Amino acid sequence: MSVALVKERYTSKVGEVVLGATSEQGGTRTSTVSVGGDSTLPFLHFEGQMQNRPVIAMEVNDTVPEWNEAIKSQFGDVLGNPGAWAKKCVDEFGADLIYLKLNGADPEGVNRSPEDCTRIVKEVLAAVGVPLIVVGCDDDEKNNEIMAAIAEAATGENLLLGLAEQDNYKSIAAAAMVHKHTLIARSPLDINICKQLNILINEMGLPLSKIVIDPMIGGLGFGIEYAYSIMERARLGALANDKMLSMPMICTVGYESNRCKEANASAEEFPGWGDLKDRGVLWEAMTASAMLQVGASILVMRNPAAVRLVQKNIADLMNK
Amino acid sequence: MIIFGERINGMFTDIGEALRNKDPKPLQYWAVKQQEGGAHYLDVNSGPAIPTHERVEAYEWMVNVIQEVSELPLVLDSTNYDAIEAGLKVCKRPAIINSCPAEQAKIERVFPMAMQYNAGVIGLTMDKVGIPKNSENRVAFAMELVAAADEYGMPMEDLYIDPLILPCNVAQEHAPEVLESLRQIKMLANPAPRTVLGLSNVSQKSPDRNLINRTYLAMAIACGLDAAIMDANDDDLVDVAATCQILLNRTIYADSYLKVFRAR
Repeated sequence: MSVALVKERYTSKVGEVVLGATSEQGGTRTSTVSVGGDSTLPFLHFEGQMQNRPVIAMEVNDTVPEWNEAIKSQFGDVLGNPGAWAKKCVDEFGADLIYLKLNGADPEGVNRSPEDCTRIVKEVLAAVGVPLIVVGCDDDEKNNEIMAAIAEAATGENLLLGLAEQDNYKSIAAAAMVHKHTLIARSPLDINICKQLNILINEMGLPLSKIVIDPMIGGLGFGIEYAYSIMERARLGALANDKMLSMPMICTVGYESNRCKEANASAEEFPGWGDLKDRGVLWEAMTASAMLQVGASILVMRNPAAVRLVQKNIADLMNK
Repeated sequence: MIIFGERINGMFTDIGEALRNKDPKPLQYWAVKQQEGGAHYLDVNSGPAIPTHERVEAYEWMVNVIQEVSELPLVLDSTNYDAIEAGLKVCKRPAIINSCPAEQAKIERVFPMAMQYNAGVIGLTMDKVGIPKNSENRVAFAMELVAAADEYGMPMEDLYIDPLILPCNVAQEHAPEVLESLRQIKMLANPAPRTVLGLSNVSQKSPDRNLINRTYLAMAIACGLDAAIMDANDDDLVDVAATCQILLNRTIYADSYLKVFRAR
């Protein structure tokens, strides 16, 4: 007996966003990355097009991070050197993008100058050919300073710059607009603020095709279901032609999944939890695959072993 | 919620005069102004300003001059189907025919024409005898129109059923009957036909027109109204339509939702 599949019909699709720029497009990337453009819920290939496969951006910091040894040991000696670190992520681990986080700009820490931050961005741009995501530290005022300088110095590269937030978006949106970059609009697990922020940024003149949504997420066991339901609503909104929710989404999987005890505590401390090396990898990979299922276009990841698993997961899911 | 701007109608003095003098400016002024107000379609009606034998030519002219300034699709509003057909021939975007009652002869004239020009149809829940007093008979006529759409292969989303609201100052008992009709019409088929009202009719000759329009629009949307031929430049009325989208959970809330509703 043949069974007829029940198919949903959607009136619209997720907007497509291009990251990076090649030399013909005014940048220096060897290739660009396109995300979004999907006309169905994730991976329902029989209902619509998954225009672009989800991509993985690997985290690189400008300072040596305080991550556990199980992760750090996989990087060897590159952790103090953003260029070499980025190159390793691309060449050895197959990262589609680099997510450069400039923690060192923080006035409470290294307090790097805007010039110093710009130099590091340039170093990473020189070290790899993939497009770059650049975000600042935890200090809004300082971020506005460094992002203005970075946006100008990297004019034409079409960086993905972050983070625009509801109470601090004007300066970075203007920098992205003037110097032709793309922008991450971050909202605190709140669909209404997410939409409002996109409206506000768009009103300033940045086209919707230059915005990527960071809905913020919770890691596995720490609110992942809230992230899931919010992203699902945004995705359904996009498919129902809500233009202000139609941008592709980026999820900080590595950060969120590795900040909990379960991803860091040793087996000696909690014998029932099993070996940390495997547990940490699975914690991040499971968080990533849940986000894939609800429409993440860009996964920001940390642990190379988890990246390998998720790369395979994406390849399997994209196989029709 | 789909807004059909009602203002390009020969019943209004400025449009009537413009039609007689072949002056495109007032039509073009209201085309742009209604679009800014929030109209998704522009209703186009010559009214009695043009003698019957000149209507064919008049509709072609109206469509052309409006399309010079506006990208909005049109709702061609006339009882003269030859005039509507002349307009449909020059429409750049799929239009809507306004209207067709539940009468076999007219259905046979209108529905094939709609299919030929890829147009929608506003179907009136009435026949030669007139407008029914109750919702049961309105819904019976609606069913005939749904059957006609089905027979001619018209997708249900192209059929707009108008259960015909009358002025509340003289025919108050119709207002709740129309609301009940809206509820029933949405259950006649799956997918359901769309519904529409000539909203301003509810408040004819009443001193509190705007308030009556706004209140009835909110009530009707809650009962299943999809579209209204209405004053697209009554900002508070358009705000009611936008707010209903939020309160029925059809659009995700954002603080700027009123502005977004008007954005095209």
